[in-house]
Amino acid sequence: MTAEATNMPAKARPSLYAIDPRTKRRNAAEKRFRLYGVAAVGFGLLALVVLLSSVLGSGLGAFRQSVLTMQVPLDAAVLDKEGTRDPAAIAKVTTIAYGKLLQDALTAELTEKALLPAGMKPKDVGGMISKEAPAQLRNLVLANPDLIGTTVSFDALANGRIDGFFKGRVTMESAKLDSNVSPEQLELAQAMRDAGLLALKFNPGFIFAPDASELRPEAAGLGVAILGSAYMMLIVLVLSLPIGVAASIYLEEFAPKNRFTDLIEVNIANLAAVPSIVFGILGLAAFINFGGLPQSSSVVGGLVLTLMTLPRIIIPARAALKSVPPSIKDAALGVGASKTQTIFHHVLPLAMPGILTGAIIGLAQALGETAPLLLIGMVAFVRDYPAAPPEGFFDPASAIPVQIYSWTQRADPAFTERASGAIIVLLVFLLVMNSLAVVLRRKFERRW
Amino acid sequence: MSIGLLSLIVIALAAAGFLIGRQLALSKAGGDIRRLHSLPGYYGQTVFLFTAVPALLLMLLWLLVQPLLIETRVTSMISAADIPDGSSANLVMTDVRRVAEGIDLILARGQLGETDIAAMRADLADVRSRLAEVGVAVGTNVKPGVFEAAKAYRDLSHGGHLALTVAVLALALAGFGYALSRIRPEFRARNVSEGFVRVLLIAASLVAILTTVGIVLSLVFETIHFFRLYPASKFFLSTTWNPKFGGGSDLGIWPLIWGTLYISVIALVVAVPVGIFAAIFLAEYASKKVRAMTKPLLEVLAGIPTIVYGLFALITVGPVLRDWFAQPLGLGTSSSSVMTAGLVMGIMLIPFVSSLSDDIINAVPQSLRDGSYGLGATQSETVRQVILPAALPGIVGAILLAASRAIGETMIVVLGAGAAAKMSLNPFEAMTTVTVKIVSQLTGDTEFASPETLVSFALGLTLFVFTLGLNILALVIVRKYREQYE
Amino acid sequence: MNDMRLTERAVETKDIKIAAHDVQVYYGASHAIKDVHIDILDKTVTAFIGPSGCGKSTFLRCLNRMNDTIDICRVEGEILLDGEDIYDKKVDPVQLRARVGMVFQKPNPFPKSIYDNVAYGPKIHGLVKNKAELDAVVESSLRKAALWNEVKDRLDAPGTGLSGGQQQRLCIARAVATSPEVLLMDEPCSALDPIATAQVEELIDELRENFSVVIVTHSMQQAARVSQRTAFFHLGNLVEYGETGQIFTNPKDPRTESYITGRIG
Repeated sequence: MTAEATNMPAKARPSLYAIDPRTKRRNAAEKRFRLYGVAAVGFGLLALVVLLSSVLGSGLGAFRQSVLTMQVPLDAAVLDKEGTRDPAAIAKVTTIAYGKLLQDALTAELTEKALLPAGMKPKDVGGMISKEAPAQLRNLVLANPDLIGTTVSFDALANGRIDGFFKGRVTMESAKLDSNVSPEQLELAQAMRDAGLLALKFNPGFIFAPDASELRPEAAGLGVAILGSAYMMLIVLVLSLPIGVAASIYLEEFAPKNRFTDLIEVNIANLAAVPSIVFGILGLAAFINFGGLPQSSSVVGGLVLTLMTLPRIIIPARAALKSVPPSIKDAALGVGASKTQTIFHHVLPLAMPGILTGAIIGLAQALGETAPLLLIGMVAFVRDYPAAPPEGFFDPASAIPVQIYSWTQRADPAFTERASGAIIVLLVFLLVMNSLAVVLRRKFERRW
Repeated sequence: MSIGLLSLIVIALAAAGFLIGRQLALSKAGGDIRRLHSLPGYYGQTVFLFTAVPALLLMLLWLLVQPLLIETRVTSMISAADIPDGSSANLVMTDVRRVAEGIDLILARGQLGETDIAAMRADLADVRSRLAEVGVAVGTNVKPGVFEAAKAYRDLSHGGHLALTVAVLALALAGFGYALSRIRPEFRARNVSEGFVRVLLIAASLVAILTTVGIVLSLVFETIHFFRLYPASKFFLSTTWNPKFGGGSDLGIWPLIWGTLYISVIALVVAVPVGIFAAIFLAEYASKKVRAMTKPLLEVLAGIPTIVYGLFALITVGPVLRDWFAQPLGLGTSSSSVMTAGLVMGIMLIPFVSSLSDDIINAVPQSLRDGSYGLGATQSETVRQVILPAALPGIVGAILLAASRAIGETMIVVLGAGAAAKMSLNPFEAMTTVTVKIVSQLTGDTEFASPETLVSFALGLTLFVFTLGLNILALVIVRKYREQYE
Repeated sequence: MNDMRLTERAVETKDIKIAAHDVQVYYGASHAIKDVHIDILDKTVTAFIGPSGCGKSTFLRCLNRMNDTIDICRVEGEILLDGEDIYDKKVDPVQLRARVGMVFQKPNPFPKSIYDNVAYGPKIHGLVKNKAELDAVVESSLRKAALWNEVKDRLDAPGTGLSGGQQQRLCIARAVATSPEVLLMDEPCSALDPIATAQVEELIDELRENFSVVIVTHSMQQAARVSQRTAFFHLGNLVEYGETGQIFTNPKDPRTESYITGRIG
């Protein structure tokens, strides 16, 4: 034994108080390593901050819109030639006539305030008004024919370029090259703003109005998309929660341990990680081509998202069921309850908060899902609100994330602002859902 | 009768059955529930289940099968002469369906009666303008064969619908009667209804299997279809991707695979070190307070929808990379590039790596840390030389799962990577991926039965097989790892 | 081993290796160790005995500052290693632990090869210059831990594949490899079967030649078998400390006697 001991390197013992150079190096390495960790976390958090602030920065503008306030005389001679106030007759007047009314009203307003630059054509004045405004005025009149003959104070959306000018998207330089707007129009817009005729106002249309065409970014809204997303979430909730809970109860409580249940388990774990676009292909092939359901409808979107959400509900639901201590089961079984009674009367209620938390998070993921919905045709341009459910489930609809995608595909940069604004709406929904999940977890969390 | 109403009737009948069954059981026991084998509610439950479940299942099955049967019957009615040049039986069937829909609308308006329609002939009456009046646009004049097929289609679906209503109601009533007839005090109602419930639970867990089967079937079926139109050898071996509207496309998968892998590698190069170091920091260094704050914040990154990342790539990261790196270095002028998509995807993947790695590092037993500290190792030496090797299998699993995400990610690459199918090494050039092409080929205007569209299914199958392999490998590794320390 | 040898061993006189004065340990609000005074001798096996929760393990972990890794733990008083206070601000626990090694209750070999397990300490502390020296250190450490003959043909096999007793001896070899001056052992045999226990006990007796060994044990028989000096802890107090033979045959404190005779446990 002593012979081997001599193999040990002889080493004088220095004082503990003196830190040797090697230890210094090691401590420096330790500090560096720790710094890498801090840097990694910092990078992640920084990315989050940059991501959110870039979206917020470019999207908040969508909630405010330039509006031209003017007095519009609703000339009975134009709008109701026969003077019968017959709705059918009034409906025959097209938006072109209303556009002319608005243009005249604005010109009159400008002349009165002595803002009208010399040499500006009435057509250019009218061009500052959104092409959507005549339709809005027409709807106003159709809804209330008694207005004909009176003068109404009307808030007309400004053209997207004028709006962009006040949001910094359009400049005098870019206007020179732009066929849709001229520097003179921008100068006039500035003068109108100074005179109080034009203002940036909160824009409810962004949330409630339907999408608008390529040339009218100022009128595009999320109404149809929000409704479509709501329909789909309803379908996902109604289908995936019961099926998911039933499947997790079977797998966790009843299933024997054998090849088959093992297969189901691997299957579910894999489905949770299958790329979402594959579910879109499934939806296209199975529900639309094979099942004959209508394209772009919320029912197909809902079904696809249900299949996608199921594994994401089953996995946390099983964890919640597993966390109920066996002693509670034993107690119930011990007083003569059947296994089914035990599970439905005791285990399930105790696991329910956990299951619901998982379901809400699964639903939130489904709400933000885009790729599969593109494949089932939800990217189509839809202007009509879907009808009330259940028939409305079969109507074409859009969804918030898909609407964001289709806005990013349009040329006018005003749609980028729209897309970012829509992301804010989407994130608010997700925030609400996730907070609900957190509250639920905090309130009912039990430690056994 | 609409499907909704029919289901409501069935459910109402079942609910009534519940009450009647319960009451019947009680009265047969003379009001003394101790004489019953089970609680009275279970007797009601058997009636409910036997009434509702078979009837609703039949309805579902019928709704799936009926269109198929009708389709085959009607398709056989259409003669080859009715199919115009350059069209297919499929397109003609679409016309048939629209005409049938139009007839329904005409009837709904009350302009014509059933008998008028039956007597109407496409070669005599102007069917097209009639349809246009009710808002159904048909491309060409309706051929007599198509019109007859449409009428047959209509008749069949109406007949089928009637038969469905009758059959479903009959089955519901039969179940109702059968279940009621079985009610006797000694009837083991609880066992029967529990057995029934268990069958329902099993059925629910089969949905997962059915989904996978559905995915595989739809992918394989259409892929075979694709390979009949386009040689598999060219798909797998060609290095050009150049779809053309008029046919004669080159549909080689390699440029797409190259783009996919290039972007995924960049994403992992970002996500793996950051994720692992973040996990180490959270698990080993952070105080409880810091951890409770930071971990959820990092996980927010995983909760943000990918479309948001896509827009971030499009409006922020892409232009910044182009203006600050690509153009000054002379590497490119495109804001969508492999780098843009890879970087943004890497950010998205950080929490996927960090959360799972964090769990896995936490699962390494404390005794190993003690052993290392007891020998005088510093914390970083312990992490690098003891904890990471011990946690390695689990971390590899986490990375594989992140890789599978990266390969299957769609929206970030659709908005950030570009659409040009290229095989280049320059990371500032726009390239494209499998998922981008699935989206663009399936949302394009080409005819469904063309190779240009069907190639999406072959791409989808490739993607599915790839990710399936990665997922299963990752699952097996992680599971083995968990067992090791349990 | 029989009781005859106890008295025979006790006559040698040794230097003081570790001197603890007035040591207090707090876990959050609870006062786990109260006023402990103890002098631990060099080249001696010292046993800490006492009922569960008496603080003997806690005190052991103070001796190489393992308690530093627990956030809520606070140590007061003075612990001197060769006259230097190990809790002094200037002391780096990393250097300290190279000189005061530790073996734990459950064998905890790293998930590495047997060779790498033993080589771990010398490598991180930079005790060897080249591979040949490292090989020599690994061999001598494994020999000291009486494991060499069993594993010399499979040094590349994972350490986790050994039997429980072999794993614990591997952990001892691992601790010995940094050539510490003091070896702390926290119930090293509690997870082992009787045969493995006997092997480890025999090893501890041999280790005494080179190191000062402090062992915490539940078993009084073990303390009597392996140690020259014994300290009895009770409710955080060091009740009695002296020659092992004296503690077991002629305890001065009634609490020690109750424990020895099995009345408190």
